[in-house]
Order: sequence, then C-alpha cells, then structure tokens
Amino acid sequence: MKLKGDKLARNLLLASVVALGACATTAQSEQEQRLVFEAGHPSLQYWLLPDKPPYPKDNEPTAERIALGKQLFFDPRLSRDGNISCASCHNPMLGWSDGLPTGRGFRGALLGRASPTVINTAYNSIQMWDGRKKDLEDQAIGPMEASVEMNTDFDQMFRFLRNNEGYRTAFAKAYPGEEINKETIAKAIASYERTVISNDSPFDRWIKGDKSAMTEQQVRGFKVFVDPDKGNCEICHSAPNFTDNGFHNIGLASVDGGKGDPGRFAHKPIKILKGAFKTPTLRDITLTAPYFHDGSAKTLMEVVEHYVKGGEVKENLSPNIKPLHLTQQEKEDLVAFMEALTTDHEPVTLPKLPLK
Amino acid sequence: MTFDKIVFGIALVALLAAGAANAAEYEVVQKNKAFSPKELNIKVGDTVKFTNEDNFFHNVFSLSDLKTFDLGSYPKGEFKSVTFDKAGKVEVECAIHPSMLMIINVQ
Ligand code: HEC
Ligand code: HEC
Ligand SMILES: [Cu+2]
Repeated sequence: MKLKGDKLARNLLLASVVALGACATTAQSEQEQRLVFEAGHPSLQYWLLPDKPPYPKDNEPTAERIALGKQLFFDPRLSRDGNISCASCHNPMLGWSDGLPTGRGFRGALLGRASPTVINTAYNSIQMWDGRKKDLEDQAIGPMEASVEMNTDFDQMFRFLRNNEGYRTAFAKAYPGEEINKETIAKAIASYERTVISNDSPFDRWIKGDKSAMTEQQVRGFKVFVDPDKGNCEICHSAPNFTDNGFHNIGLASVDGGKGDPGRFAHKPIKILKGAFKTPTLRDITLTAPYFHDGSAKTLMEVVEHYVKGGEVKENLSPNIKPLHLTQQEKEDLVAFMEALTTDHEPVTLPKLPLK
Repeated sequence: MTFDKIVFGIALVALLAAGAANAAEYEVVQKNKAFSPKELNIKVGDTVKFTNEDNFFHNVFSLSDLKTFDLGSYPKGEFKSVTFDKAGKVEVECAIHPSMLMIINVQ
C-alpha cells in the first residue's frame, strides 16, 4: 500500500511539473503567434543566426586551419584522377552547388541525388539528404571514399600530401604535432566550411531594423511563409537557418511514396521515414536551382506549386503536407520572400595550391 | 450525483489505476521539438503516455534492445501510451526530428 501511495505522490508531483512546463512553453508559443511584422521588431529576432556557427571542442577554427581547409576543398589532386575537388560539385560560382539536377562524379558518373549547397551547413545538426553523417568532420572524407565521387586512392593521396612541402608546412601550422591523416584532413575542411556563411540577406537586414531592406511584397510573403493557415512553411523551414534538421516525405514523384529513393528510411527503418529527406536551408536559395534532392523543380514558383498541390504522391506523405489555399498573389509573394534570403556575397578568392 | 457517490467514484478510479498490476502512469510531452522530461525513472509495468503539444506532427519510436515500438505520428493534443514490461534502459526518439531524444529507466 505504501508503495502505491509513493507512486501516486510521485505521479502527482510529476503531473504538476509537467503542467508547469506546459504553461511556460504555451506562453512562449503564444508569443510566437503574436509576431509583429515590422522591421526590427523584438518578436522576430529569433530568425537571426548566431554570429559564429558551433564547432567541436577539439577543432576550434584558427586562421591556419581555415586556410589549409580551403586549399584541400579546392584541390582536385585529392581525387583518384586528379580532376575532381569538393568545389567541382560545391562550386562557389553556382551557390556552392553545381547547377545540375543530380550530381556528376568520377568520370562523369551520374549521382542519385542533387549536390546540396555548403552554405550554412555549419549551423545544421545533421548532414546529408538522409542524415547519414552527424557533422562536417564526419562528412568530409565520405566523398573521397565514394567510388562514384572522388574515388580517392588514399595511398596515392597521402603520398602526395606528405611529400608536398607546402602541405606539410600548412598541416604543421594548423595541427602541430599531429599527422597528416584522414582526421586532420577532415578537421581542416570542416573548419573552412564553417566560414561559408550566409547571414546578411535583405531578410536579415530587415529583421535587424532596416525598413527598406525588404519590399512590401516580400514582407507579405514572409507572413504567408509563417502563417499556419497559408504557407505553413515555418514548421519545417524553421528559424534561424530555415530548417528543422528534420526528415519529411513531401510527396515528390520520383520518391513514389518510398518505392523510389527510400531516403532516411535506409538508415532508420521507421515507416514515416520512407521517402523522407532532410529539410534543406532556404538561405541563398536563389543561387542553387534546380531544387529538391532529385532536382525536379526548376524554379521557386515550381516549388510553391508543388506545395499548393500538397505533393504529387500521397502515399506515406508527411502529415504536415496538405494542399494549400493560396491566391496567385500569395504565391508570388512567397517567391518574392524567398528571393530576399540571399546574401550579396563578396566574391570568393581562390587559394594558391602548393605545387611541391 | 451525491457527494458520497463522487467520493466513491474518485476512490474507485484511484483504486483501479493503482490496482492495474500495481502500475503507475506517467506523461511525457513533446513541446518545442523536445521531449519533456528528458529522463524518466519508472518501474516495470508502468505506462508512459506521450502527448504532442506542438503545432505540427511528431513521431515516437524506440529501437532499443529492451523494447521496440513505433507509435506513428500524431498532431497536437493527441497522445499514445506504452507499457514497459521489462527492466532496463529505453531510448525514445522522434523519427522526424532526430535531435528529440529521451531516456526511460525501467527499474
Ligand atoms: C561528385 C560530386 C560531389 C563531390 C566531389 C563532393 N560532393 Fe559533397 N555532396 C554531393 C552530393 C550529391 C551530396 C548529397 C548526397 C546525399 O545526401 O546522399 C553531398 C553532400 C555534401 C554535404 C552535406 C550537405 C547537407 O546539407 O547535408 C557536405 C557538407 C558536402 N557534401 C561537402 C563536401 C566536401 C567537403 C567534399 C570534398 C571532400 C565534397 N562534398 C565533394 C556531391 C559531391
Ligand atoms: C513537412 C515539412 C515541410 C514543409 C511544411 C515545407 N517544406 Fe520545403 N522542404 C522540405 C523538405 C524535406 C525538402 C526537401 C525534400 C526533398 O528534396 O526530398 C524541402 C525543400 C524545399 C525547397 C527546395 C530547397 C532546395 O535546396 O532544393 C524549397 C524552395 C522549399 N522547400 C520551400 C518551401 C516553402 C515555400 C514551403 C511552404 C509553402 C515549404 N517548403 C514547406 C520540408 C518542408
Ligand atoms: Cu518530432
């Protein structure tokens, strides 16, 4: 009996804790619903990215690490044929992507998925369309190992790097006392990727208080974007990097309810993940057409039409995807808003690659 | 309903709840893309109900050795329950949002 009493008390205590928690968080989400769509308004500040993206404790970005990572990122000699670098598919002239529906790799091999932008990946808590890599360090060697991508011959690559005086010096400065190995290569590349950032778009300036940064139409589009009864885009493309780091089947024809590319399901066999892919950022979105992991949408208006329809294939569709009721004006507003998410970047300078 | 009957009713509910194999029921909420609480200690036979309090769908699943289940996904205000019948540690996740993770210690 005593035990039961204890349990009951524990339960009651728990219930009240839960209730308290619920009160606090309800207040917060009510506040979110009370957004005031004015430049610089405090209710909108949750859209601003932190100034610096997070990094692992054992890989604090230093000037030397970033400089080395930049060389490695642009160096085609890391690939087996010496002709493909990370930048071949993540090309800064094409929004750090490649302008192709799906990537092209080793000797022109056609890849199954689109090359995502590298912009702002540093802010994301999971990498790849199917989330199979946890962070940038974890990701960086993958493309070298993939036979359809860089298809690197690692003996050949390590011989090259270790015999190259320029790289030897650069590694010694970046990671003193450490070897030139997969780990230090990955760390350097990740450090460089953490500098590839978009956080100064018209949208960011408007959030910070510059009234003239966005047009009236773009502000209307922002409202459509967050309104649960209109676009309802924010539930997945959430603040501040326009992603929930989550996985959804949005009903693409090629996915065919999961009978096509299974997406996340291949790594987590939970039914809802069949045909589910990671929500991509929308920052710098005007630079990275075509869209979706299969490159099936050529323009932002085509993307919007996809959502208005509520997806092509309804099988195993995310329950968060429903046909939308938007006027032509609202659709155009939404596109105009997405066009406000691109930073006017300084041109990227190219590194000098050490010849010997 | 008389006062007596109400008291009797409450007592009966309490008795039933407690009597159900000596089991307790706990609630875990999904709110702002997180489970709350993040860790929960329960006893064998206890039930945990998972309630979604966000304006979008969540999922609840576990692929732990001790217990595997997939509650599917459901919207705000709805819940589903799981009874834990073996002692050990269970990791509960949301498949949609991989950063949503909690631990249930079944004693
Ligand atoms: C042949 C083209 C190609 C090359 C070369 C390539 N990538 Fe990729 N990259 C892709 C594709 C395609 C994906 C998505 C694959 C998937 O999710 O299944 C991707 C994904 C990524 C991601 C994850 C982004 C996200 O939002 O999830 C990062 C980061 C990345 N690549 C960095 C690199 C780095 C660093 C290199 C060089 C070491 C590199 N890539 C070389 C095509 C390429
Ligand atoms: C249920 C979650 C969800 C909702 C709601 C949602 N999206 Fe997406 N969005 C995604 C996912 C997941 C992808 C990637 C899907 C894929 O390629 O398989 C995506 C892709 C996109 C892309 C292409 C990005 C790229 O780099 O290829 C754009 C643009 C986009 N969404 C805009 C929107 C807009 C505008 C809305 C609101 C009308 C919206 N999304 C609503 C989850 C969502
Ligand atoms: Cu969730």
